[in-house]
Amino acid sequence: MNAWPLWEVFVRSRRGLSHVHVGSLHAPDAELALRNARDVYTRRQEGVSLWVVPSSSIVASDPGERDAFFDPAEDKVYRHPTFYDVPEGVEHL
Amino acid sequence: MHFEELLAGDGRVEPRDEMPDAYRRTLVRQIAQHAHSEIIGMQPEGNWISRAPSLRRKAILMAKVQDEAGHGLYLYAAAETLGVDRADLLDQLHGGRQKYSSIFNYPTLTWADVGAIGWLVDGAAIVNQVPLCRCSYGPYARAMVRICKEESFHQRQGFEILHTLAHGAPAQKAMAQDAVDRYWWPSLMMFGPPDDDSTHSAQSMAWGIKRFSNDDLRQRFVDMTVPQAEVLGLTLPDPEIRWNDERGHYDFGAVDFTELFEVIKGNGPCNRERMAHRVAAHEDGAWVREAAAAYSAKRAEAAA
Repeated sequence: MNAWPLWEVFVRSRRGLSHVHVGSLHAPDAELALRNARDVYTRRQEGVSLWVVPSSSIVASDPGERDAFFDPAEDKVYRHPTFYDVPEGVEHL
Repeated sequence: MHFEELLAGDGRVEPRDEMPDAYRRTLVRQIAQHAHSEIIGMQPEGNWISRAPSLRRKAILMAKVQDEAGHGLYLYAAAETLGVDRADLLDQLHGGRQKYSSIFNYPTLTWADVGAIGWLVDGAAIVNQVPLCRCSYGPYARAMVRICKEESFHQRQGFEILHTLAHGAPAQKAMAQDAVDRYWWPSLMMFGPPDDDSTHSAQSMAWGIKRFSNDDLRQRFVDMTVPQAEVLGLTLPDPEIRWNDERGHYDFGAVDFTELFEVIKGNGPCNRERMAHRVAAHEDGAWVREAAAAYSAKRAEAAA
């Protein structure tokens, strides 16, 4: 009977910031999902913009594969500026 | 990272991580019970919306009751990340297989009770809930951060109601005192049985779901509330309350936990009424849920 699908809700708290995931809710369609999201997640002016996305549309990386998935970045410390030695006295570098 | 390692490093467990079944079951039970408490908690206060003494009080009370619905929804959403379905959780509530906080089985006889609920019941809830913002399960902790922010308005509006009554006519002050007399002990029971008798406590502490023991939290609530009662000019119905210099805490009398267990068993003043109302509201709303689903199906068809 309750065939209302699940939606993930993202709120932009003010202009200049990106939308951030705040939670989920059930709604029969996108329009009602937006209205419900407004009532559930922005009762205190927490947002200036809302996204709702069907939960079933989100593709996530597998936590079990996390190490294999993210490890390739681990040995590339030269991607960070702190990797480099800068001679004393050099400025604006 | 494995579950034990995560907990050892005070890390957060996220929905698709591997976790022991017992941890998952404990969280589902606790989050569902918490969600049910929020939506059942709308009833005692909703009882006074139509009779709030001013438009200002009415608008505030409606906002508060709407918040309780919102809190229920945050929590059902958190529970669903554990792989359960909200409709099933509601079925279990309606069938009596899941519980809600026993405090909501007490009646709101007067307007002052709305104040006492805000000040004492929400005050106790805040003491219980603030540590849950650091719970090891991420979605629950995040829901609790939102809830705690909103609860502090609830507690202040309750305090303000009682403060106004306590500084009004003698009959108003007596009404405030009567409400505090009736809600004080049940509020202390909200922290659960004493540590020695609490069945789930030790395991929940080990899992980082619970951060402080029932008795520690109860003491914290008493310490915070006694000075506030003095400002209100109301007394707490416990002659044994006095400051203990040695402990650095207020001493207080023994809580009668037989009452708590009776209410949990279903023998509180309003258990049957609360459940009957909840089930009726759910059944009476079925046509709305069905109509919304039918309408969106029709529109999807038209768009195709």
